[in-house]
Amino acid sequence: MAEKADRILLAHGSGGRLSHELVGSVVLPELSNPVLLELGDSAVVESPAPRLAFTTDSHTVKPLFFPGGDIGRLSVCGTVNDLAAAGAKPLYLSLALIIEEGLELSVLSKVMRSIRAAAEEAGVSVVAGDTKVVEKGSGDGLFTNTSGIGAVREGVTLSPSRIEPGDKVLVTGTIGDHGAAVLSERQNLGFSSLRSDCAPLWGLVAGLLDAGVGVKFMRDPTRGGLATVLNEAVHGRAFGIRVLEPDVPVREEVRAFCEVLGLDPLYIANEGKMVVVVAAKDAERALGVVRSQPLGREAAIIGDVVAEPKGRVYLSTRIKGTRVLDMLVGEQFPRIC
Amino acid sequence: MKYLDEFRAPEKVQSCLAEIARLLKGREARIMEVCGTHTVALFRSGLKKLLPKGLKLLSGPGCPVCVTPNSYLDRAIALSRLPGVTVTTFGDMFRVPGSSSSLEREKASGADIRMVYSPADAVELARQDPSRKFVFLGVGFETTIPGVASSVLHARSLGLRNFHVLCGHKLVPPALRALAQDKETAVQGLLLPGHVCTVIGSTPCRFLAEEFHIPSVVTGFEPLDLAKGIAMLARQIAEGSAHIEIQYGRSVKPEGNPKAVSVMDSVFRPCASVWRGIGGIPGSGLEFRPEFSAFDAARIPAEVEPERSNPGCLCGSVLKGTRTPADCPLFGAACTPEDPVGACMVSSEGTCAAHYRYGRES
Repeated sequence: MAEKADRILLAHGSGGRLSHELVGSVVLPELSNPVLLELGDSAVVESPAPRLAFTTDSHTVKPLFFPGGDIGRLSVCGTVNDLAAAGAKPLYLSLALIIEEGLELSVLSKVMRSIRAAAEEAGVSVVAGDTKVVEKGSGDGLFTNTSGIGAVREGVTLSPSRIEPGDKVLVTGTIGDHGAAVLSERQNLGFSSLRSDCAPLWGLVAGLLDAGVGVKFMRDPTRGGLATVLNEAVHGRAFGIRVLEPDVPVREEVRAFCEVLGLDPLYIANEGKMVVVVAAKDAERALGVVRSQPLGREAAIIGDVVAEPKGRVYLSTRIKGTRVLDMLVGEQFPRIC
Repeated sequence: MKYLDEFRAPEKVQSCLAEIARLLKGREARIMEVCGTHTVALFRSGLKKLLPKGLKLLSGPGCPVCVTPNSYLDRAIALSRLPGVTVTTFGDMFRVPGSSSSLEREKASGADIRMVYSPADAVELARQDPSRKFVFLGVGFETTIPGVASSVLHARSLGLRNFHVLCGHKLVPPALRALAQDKETAVQGLLLPGHVCTVIGSTPCRFLAEEFHIPSVVTGFEPLDLAKGIAMLARQIAEGSAHIEIQYGRSVKPEGNPKAVSVMDSVFRPCASVWRGIGGIPGSGLEFRPEFSAFDAARIPAEVEPERSNPGCLCGSVLKGTRTPADCPLFGAACTPEDPVGACMVSSEGTCAAHYRYGRES
């Protein structure tokens, strides 16, 4: 009898015996919960709140494992943070795995363990799932998709339409950590002190909402970074945002990394930070609440909402000059010189 | 961060700005920053808006991507379409439009085009896969050329026959001479590129003062460097003098880096070269010395499309400092960073891209 395969085969995606074995031996041991164990065509759950938040996110990252995280942790955090940004307590996740033929089973198991740990940390249950296998060369090892359902806090409505001139803009910690760590690892650039900030943020957000501070808008600055999220917030609106460059928290090693490669941390992805727009009168209190939590210790107020220029983000620079802070165009590429 | 924060100190920049205003006494002055990195640094730091009103800063031809003609890109694209050929490039060449395509589009159509951070990475890729030809796109000024030359020497020492460079390198001093001779450009001072001069030194630029009486300062890239460099120019302008000064002394010596220059000279030799928008400049390009011709990707037969350029694009005049991006009818309308017509809009160091990203009035 042949030895058990230690890599993913196309047959693992056939829907037949090997598919069942894969789910039974690699997925379920980590994610076991009564809803998932039903293994029905749909997960059936109690409706947790009158208003639900529902979101989806697909994850591709190279390398699959990087300092501070991996694709599994990212898959959970990406989706629960999108729910948190809507003021919703994350409850249920679906998890779809698109696996490239030839991926080592041990790698998949490691990712599953990471998903379990992150889900526990975030307080969510994975209640539905799917696995597919694509031919070697058609994927990058492993792609994932997670969709999430969260219960929106009673009385909480977060929207850019609530933002007004005078409001303050807060970021819950240092920016650029995730993107810098992944890029350095991918290109083997040897910046060994970089570490992704990948973390589930509902606890931090719940603390802020519970404190009764006037939170108006939240977004997690993932791809495109802080600058892109702020531009999305002002786009087509009757206000602008002024960012004070010296007040934006950037870890020293991330700054160094960006200086060397000619990148701008304002455009680099984060996976464990939230941008919060809060009424001016509550700003200091909001900052205190965020800073009192482990994931928010380096939070800072980085700017304010201004009446003019409308629809624009501008940066008040270190040397007290100003410039437009535009949305990211294309990729940030390292330059020739 | 050491070596950065002290060059970004607001109070020191302010005192330089006050000195510039005091020296110029409200008079008009046209200064050109030759280097694209200077252009971007002036915008990014916000320094441009803090300078006295009468001081006009013009951006010069010092963005290597911008001055690379369509014909070069067309050849790179043609090479990428050959079976068994992998093109490796620095990131910022990726999106630059050629006559009818770009490397980005070719990659999406299946060409094997890979971004590298160093020419040494391109050599390593060639070493790992002897079954393919690897063509590195050698674009850049004297800042970049020694690294490319040393990667060619390295490839030779490894005995690699599948590593080639498509040489589009350009030399700055001949372009400065062409600018100085151009009556339209007419600048009263030049901020000379700090990194190019780190390699070649300031001596090859002396003709600017001696023959053309243009005050020139080799300048660094931090806000305080730029403010000081401009103040040094303002002093020369006020005094009516013209000489070559080095502001960026922590990196630049008058004699430059002789070792880097000799590596460069051992592999390449000067030749005439076409600059996008500006045209042919004698002695401003580089070609492989005959003993290195096996590394020359231009010798790989490829069917290159006839060169076409957009007639409305003012890149050429912008690169010479005779027009500003706002003068171009395409700027911000038909030509944006998302959908660039000219290279000055796509390169992160391009004048048009810098004006579009940072300079639009808020």
